[in-house]
Amino acid sequence: MNNHHLIQDTLNHLFRQESGKMIAVLIKIFGTAHITIAEDVLQDTLISALETWKFKGIPDNPKAWLYRVARNKAIDIIRKNKHTQHIDFSDTNSNRVLLTSEYTLTTTMDTYWEDQHINDDFLAMMFACCHPKINQEHQITFILKTLCGFSTKEIARAFLTSQDTISKRIYRTKEFFRTQKIKPKIPEKHQLQSHLDTILYTIYLLFNEGYNATHTDELIRKDVVDQALYLCHCLVQHKQTQLPQVYALMALMCFHTARLESRISIHGNLILLKDQQREKWDQELIATANYYLNKAAFGSHLSSYHLEAAIAYQHCIAKSYQETNWAMILTYYDLLYQQQQDPIIFLNRCLVILELQGPLIALKTVQKLSSSKQIKAYYLYHAILGEIYHRLQQQAKASTAYQKALSLTQSKIEKAFLKEKIEKL
Amino acid sequence: MKQYMYIIRGGEEMENNASPEEMQEHMEKWQEWMGDLAQKDQLIGGEPLMNEARSLTQKGQHITDRPLAEGKELVGGYIIVKANSLDEATALAKGCPGFEHDCTIEVREIRLMD
Repeated sequence: MNNHHLIQDTLNHLFRQESGKMIAVLIKIFGTAHITIAEDVLQDTLISALETWKFKGIPDNPKAWLYRVARNKAIDIIRKNKHTQHIDFSDTNSNRVLLTSEYTLTTTMDTYWEDQHINDDFLAMMFACCHPKINQEHQITFILKTLCGFSTKEIARAFLTSQDTISKRIYRTKEFFRTQKIKPKIPEKHQLQSHLDTILYTIYLLFNEGYNATHTDELIRKDVVDQALYLCHCLVQHKQTQLPQVYALMALMCFHTARLESRISIHGNLILLKDQQREKWDQELIATANYYLNKAAFGSHLSSYHLEAAIAYQHCIAKSYQETNWAMILTYYDLLYQQQQDPIIFLNRCLVILELQGPLIALKTVQKLSSSKQIKAYYLYHAILGEIYHRLQQQAKASTAYQKALSLTQSKIEKAFLKEKIEKL
Repeated sequence: MKQYMYIIRGGEEMENNASPEEMQEHMEKWQEWMGDLAQKDQLIGGEPLMNEARSLTQKGQHITDRPLAEGKELVGGYIIVKANSLDEATALAKGCPGFEHDCTIEVREIRLMD
């Protein structure tokens, strides 16, 4: 690797890791009305790094270098703007006004960049991004952009949508922050729970976006999975958010990620759990997941993440597909379905019934859903029907169901998978 | 609330003799004192000033390369605060770290012109 690539690589890696924290501090400095200024400082810092490192080499502590440069650039902007009306530093209950006097500017600035404060600010920003009045799509988009350092182009690729759409979502979210005068902060104890639920759900959706084979761009998918893990890890590490459901979600995502590599063949085809090479599963990550699942076992509330993690755990400890404890898994699905009458959970439960009680009973169970229009538009419903008919030796019906499923999915990987099924009938 | 200006004089000598570490320690005290004012929502702003100066006298016709005042009389900075009375503003000024450097402070209400 030549020098230029090394710099680019180091910077890309660092940027993904640090940009979220840096932007959280910069937003604290300039206020949520000026997220664009914060983004400009970050961008300038990155450009400075590229230019300086090219000549002087990568510094010993590149992270500290980036922080230092961003800090200095922030000071420059404050000095230029403090006597204009452009940026308002006068908010009460904060010491931001100290940024406007040379007596206190640098000392205040330095405390803003201390590790313990940065972690708080990052978390506060996560809560702000998951504001209940921001819709889910916008939340995820904005988190990927500001906290995970994704470019508009990358997010557009991750969501299979246009850059224009993503830009609009980001613009609207910024406008929301500006007009509502949102001040990022970690909620008080009595509000923490409900706000945390939103964050966890957003991370869960983000993870699924990366984990499920909705498109073929492997690199982006892995990045999204990593970022979901990273965000949850931040919650796990912060005293105020070390709660059972946080550990449970972390466990769930680790169990799934442990199997990530074995899900797709070298030709890019989807490999079912049944056919996965279990020795390819990441045992270290499974051990980590177990650790988090144990940590999750306190408190009185059994969250859906607990149940999903418990299901994933059963899959991970089974020596083979045949030895899977389906009865236990069915119990967890029953509990899950009691909690949320979600048709997707119901469909997955049908698959467990298929393994445990055979195709006839599974068919009867699946058919309970046949009146739901929403579910009939979902490819998984037809894919499961196909599988059940196939096991009942009703090949014609199986083929029709698979064809229907084929027409309902956009994913290349899923399409290839279904085509193979039809050919093998 | 009214607004008051603290005119801070002197301190130049001790500041020039302080080591960078001593200076940093000293500035943290400013941080604390002004942070306290900010917390109470009484700080408006203020700046320290450089010693070098030009002075204009004789209706601006005569310019000298130094400040008119020197030593203890030299203005080293100013702070503007909000307070209800001159007494309150004076009491608030007592915590100013500038006193460690033998500064003096003059507290003046900002005059509202008709």
